[in-house]
Amino acid sequence: MKNNVLKKDIVIVGGGPAGLAAAAACYDAGAADTLILEREDALGGILKQCIHNGFGLTRFRENMTGPEYAARFVSEVEKRGIASLTGTTVLGIRAGRGSQKTITAANGRGGIFEIRAKAVILAMGCRERGKGALNIPGSRPAGLYSAGTAQKYVNLYGESVGKEIVILGSGDIGLIMARRMTLEGARVRAVCEIMPYSSGLRRNIAQCLDDFGIPLYLSTTVTRIHGRERVEGVTVAQVDGRKRPVAGTERFIPCDTVLFSVGLIPENELARKAGVEIDPRTRGAAVDETRETSLPGVFACGNVLQVHDLVDFVSEEAELAGRSAAAFALNGAVKKRFVSVENGAGVSYVVPQKLNILRGSAGVSDAAPQSPNFLSGGAEGASNAVPQSPVLLRGGEVKLYFRPDGVYRNAVIEVKDGEKTVAQKNRAAVAPGEMETVTLKPPFTDISGDLTVSIRENGSRETRS
Amino acid sequence: MAVNLICIECPRGCELRVEIADGGVSGVTGNFCPKGKLYAETECVRPTRVLTTTARMADGRMLPVKTARPIAKDKLFSVMAAVNRLLPAPPVVIGQILAENISGTGANLVAAAAKN
Ligand SMILES: Cc1cc2nc3c(=O)[nH]c(=O)nc-3n(C[C@H](O)[C@H](O)[C@H](O)COP(=O)(O)OP(=O)(O)OC[C@H]3O[C@@H](n4cnc5c(N)ncnc54)[C@H](O)[C@@H]3O)c2cc1C
Ligand code: SF4
Repeated sequence: MKNNVLKKDIVIVGGGPAGLAAAAACYDAGAADTLILEREDALGGILKQCIHNGFGLTRFRENMTGPEYAARFVSEVEKRGIASLTGTTVLGIRAGRGSQKTITAANGRGGIFEIRAKAVILAMGCRERGKGALNIPGSRPAGLYSAGTAQKYVNLYGESVGKEIVILGSGDIGLIMARRMTLEGARVRAVCEIMPYSSGLRRNIAQCLDDFGIPLYLSTTVTRIHGRERVEGVTVAQVDGRKRPVAGTERFIPCDTVLFSVGLIPENELARKAGVEIDPRTRGAAVDETRETSLPGVFACGNVLQVHDLVDFVSEEAELAGRSAAAFALNGAVKKRFVSVENGAGVSYVVPQKLNILRGSAGVSDAAPQSPNFLSGGAEGASNAVPQSPVLLRGGEVKLYFRPDGVYRNAVIEVKDGEKTVAQKNRAAVAPGEMETVTLKPPFTDISGDLTVSIRENGSRETRS
Repeated sequence: MAVNLICIECPRGCELRVEIADGGVSGVTGNFCPKGKLYAETECVRPTRVLTTTARMADGRMLPVKTARPIAKDKLFSVMAAVNRLLPAPPVVIGQILAENISGTGANLVAAAAKN
């Protein structure tokens, strides 16, 4: 079997939008010997079932549907002749000594097989939080679905899941499904959200609920599911500030189907088993600004790293990971010195979790790698000098992605190095449903300690110094 | 009179305040970009939406489809019914017109994915 082992510069786990964009970026950065492994029979990831539009506005300035957005990236991958194996599930990743990684995969054609790679990109996406996690009393009758599962049945298989619907949770997938089921002839009686605000985009509340007169009940939860064989209704109640149902506010809503849209979790079993350090805040890998995980040469991007609301950002992040993986596969590891990037007041998490303050320093060119010749030949490759990280944004800037932990108006976003403010930005309003970014400008070598990202409302507490 | 709207043209979701006078829009504020003003003007006079849905193909598979441009909001359900009667046959290429001027909306229905 030994001589049977496939060898690749880069292996990408997952052929969704993240894996596809990463693959094209690897190629463009000179790593043509790249392989995508995808569990399903077709590339495109979850976008195959997201038939609504709203994709690509940031990236292509076009209003595309999910399948159209995915098709763009599939064709970029095909144009470059990048190899992919569909119907192939990755079972394990081992980071051995040196820079070799061993990927164990299985498919119906070759059984279980191994691939050796210099770099690996994790792009496995996320899964929905289970309804079991909700602890709602009542038996488990038929008619309970996660919103994404219902989306799959309706959009990919053309099956109806119910006629009278209550949706629990106001995440975007739930909102999108409220409209979808209404158009398909069902009646969506209510969307119940336990928080005092929706975690979905404002535009989705407008175009998916308001357009069809579907009520959204905030600070409201389902306290009981009725029905033995099939759902017959739910009891909903208002909750207090600590999310406890308020006695006397219960009421019954008849329905035959309940959809849960209560959040997504990065799919990180593989990463965890491989020994990748996981950030409990994001439930994704802890990465530096190149999207390298705690295992050298293992990168992560897309929903497996942090749950994105907009696929446009997934593509951006994946390209970053792709360029970084290409540089690693072609040049080897670079010297790094990290400071950590922490979430301060008002912020629930930040990605990347650490910043290499040596990046782009010591007079090394800031140009992005362009061709294999450029990278493997040349004086730099020949010398023993440790090459520096490639540049990830124009001018070596680093974008921090983070989520607010609540709704803030007249928000001031600050990145601080101890008492020193290193970046600041104002926003009219921020909310947990919408990811925010703030950009750090080089040089980073004079950063003296860990960085903290925080949000405060202007006019409250301290004023700008 | 004034109405408040959320612009649905992009994920930013600007909160628009629209002044209405003499049956027309006389002023829009809160829009971050010019698309917001256009949206408010259309929305207050003749609201439109792009419809995205699926069509069952002649071979039973589901094909994602959309109207190539926004259609009158009150036509959404009649177009849904028309789409369900289409039964397009494979192969279909992405962007292929499946029905011209569907239900008299002035918009073509196009395929949003390829099916061999
Ligand atoms: C149900 C649902 C609906 C969504 N709707 C929207 C939306 O409307 N708009 C929006 O912008 N975003 C939406 N999202 C977020 C969306 O997932 C991201 O925008 C984007 O699809 C993430 O891309 P990705 O490549 O990281 O993940 P995915 O698209 O999930 O792709 C991951 C891929 O990895 C594969 N994979 C996983 N594990 C393995 C393994 N072990 N071996 C091989 N392959 C593997 C999977 O089969 C999948 O194809 C939705 C997410 C979900 C779950
Ligand atoms: S006004 Fe412009 S920026 Fe604001 S939501 Fe509309 S399209 Fe987006």
